[in-house]
Amino acid sequence: MSGAMNREGRPTRPVEASEAGRAVTATVTGNRGLTVEEPLIFEQDNPGAIGVDLPEPPHVRSRLGAVRPRGRIGLPSLSEPQVVRHYTRLSTRNMGIDTTMYPLGSCTMKHNPRLNEKMARLPGFADLHPMQPMDTVQGALELIDQLAHWLKALTGMPAVAMTPAAGAHGELCGMMAIRSALEDRNDPRRRVLVPESAHGTNPATAAALGYTVDSIPADARGRVDLEAFKAKLGPDVAAIMLTNPNTCGLFESDIVAIAEAVHEVGAFFYCDGANFNAIVGRVRPGDLGIDAMHINLHKTFSTPHGGGGPGAGPVVLSEALAPFAPVPAVVHGPDGRLRLVEHAEGDFAKSFGRMKGFHGQMGMFVRALTYILSHGADGLRQASSDAVLNANYLLARLKDVMTPSFDGPCMHEALFDDRFLKDTGVSTLDFAKAMIDEGFHPMTMYFPLVVHGAMLFEPTESESKETLDAFADTMRALVERAKSGDAGYFQGAPYHTPRRRLDETGAARNPVLRWQPDMPAREAAE
Amino acid sequence: MSNVKYTQDHEWVRIDGDVGTIGITEYAQEQLGDVVFVELPEVGKAVTKGGEAAVVESVKAASEVFAPIDGEVVEVNDALAGEPGLVNSDPTGQGWFFKVRVKDASQLDALMDEAAYKSFVEGLH
Repeated sequence: MSGAMNREGRPTRPVEASEAGRAVTATVTGNRGLTVEEPLIFEQDNPGAIGVDLPEPPHVRSRLGAVRPRGRIGLPSLSEPQVVRHYTRLSTRNMGIDTTMYPLGSCTMKHNPRLNEKMARLPGFADLHPMQPMDTVQGALELIDQLAHWLKALTGMPAVAMTPAAGAHGELCGMMAIRSALEDRNDPRRRVLVPESAHGTNPATAAALGYTVDSIPADARGRVDLEAFKAKLGPDVAAIMLTNPNTCGLFESDIVAIAEAVHEVGAFFYCDGANFNAIVGRVRPGDLGIDAMHINLHKTFSTPHGGGGPGAGPVVLSEALAPFAPVPAVVHGPDGRLRLVEHAEGDFAKSFGRMKGFHGQMGMFVRALTYILSHGADGLRQASSDAVLNANYLLARLKDVMTPSFDGPCMHEALFDDRFLKDTGVSTLDFAKAMIDEGFHPMTMYFPLVVHGAMLFEPTESESKETLDAFADTMRALVERAKSGDAGYFQGAPYHTPRRRLDETGAARNPVLRWQPDMPAREAAE
Repeated sequence: MSNVKYTQDHEWVRIDGDVGTIGITEYAQEQLGDVVFVELPEVGKAVTKGGEAAVVESVKAASEVFAPIDGEVVEVNDALAGEPGLVNSDPTGQGWFFKVRVKDASQLDALMDEAAYKSFVEGLH
């Protein structure tokens, strides 16, 4: 029997499969409505199809001598609408910040205000060439200078290197400045101290510069174990690399004592600024005694991740490290004009050199300055406060059914471990896959390594209370389902994605890095 | 009497004459999940007790494998290059990592025997 009818006699709900008396799950094409099975673009190659129909070139004498194309170079031929559909369809397969809540801890998937995009597209910024005469780019140089000013003001630091292209690149820049400063005083050192909970890029950066990495254990509160840290200090320590707030989402409450102890042995304090977004407008890292810190513009000042090219990871530097900063740098000339110092000479004679070919990622600078100026000091402060409030709201709504790793409030991200899943047969990974079916991007899993089966949630400041409640309700329902003994459901998830669970182990053990015709799709769970 | 000893970092070492075979324990492989890559030391390399000797990478994380004792690497398990899954399927057998010529057998006394390691692991949960 059909359900209710409306006044015109039509059913108010769609006719269900059982009512229709036949299975409607299988379609002729295998497609499910707008979820269309999309071949790779190479598989759609249609020789002869072309996006733009150009006139035949006039007869010109080739200046290439004997060099001429012998055949096709292997790029697919498609019409413009085919290409548009292909990439539009693929874009709908992705969970993104523009489609759903994306609480990927430590990565800070924050909203990118559209105003930033509008400013970055102004032709005066977007159409510049890095080799234009300096007289023609005074506005761009002023923008770099203004952004540098605000980064210094917000961190309480006297200098900033603008060119590094990402967080890890910034780490490298800061640590190279530290190494240069040590070499400059004929005091090369061997060891760099890194807490166990650090981002993996910290020890990698230190190792890439030839330092021995010495790891510092965490205490029961999830912070640096101050006594263990002091025991490791010595005259051969070049630097400590510390993230604050740390990757457990906790403020390193002993940071001033750590800075003092580091300086006492003549070492430098590198701060990983990946989590600066939690304290902007509240804490100036310079006041804590740090010597260098990178700022991931995409995490704190809302530029797109990676920026569609190189990202931007400016590094603020203390007085002691400023002389070693990389070139180029924007300086004020005596005539009031701005100019770029391109070489290690004059005031920049001690510069360790260049991090990049040109002057940094201009597109990201425009967006970051737009974000800073449009928020103002009060707005920036509120954004970091709201980020912390949202994380604590999630923590409060989930802590009775999940297991927070540490006591007390958190900063901008809430860390849980997998004790609440003990004896359910459900792993952190299984739990994350079930979240995908519910329409949420999973949290960060299995990081930081200091807790078992880690789940790190960072909702960011821009999620509304309604979204946070919907998310928390979903998490609570999933926990209840896991505890009810329905492990099989989780182990089979996800069910509603274009592909079911992928064979991550197979992909890592036998990576197939080049497309080949007729390659079979591989899935693990089906 | 067992000639296998264990570390708190979940490595095992099996002594045969003056050669120690080293790998990671059943507990360690279970915690790591599917192993996808193993980086082994070079033959001839001197390893020191507690020093990094190998790296094991799983779908979850990359971890160091520490040498349980001092010694010189005399052989490595080349089979792990093509088949890292042996670490999961047979961690104490075919999934061994490397062999060292033992420098100081007395270092073994500080390591745990099977019973002690078993209760150590139980204490972790």
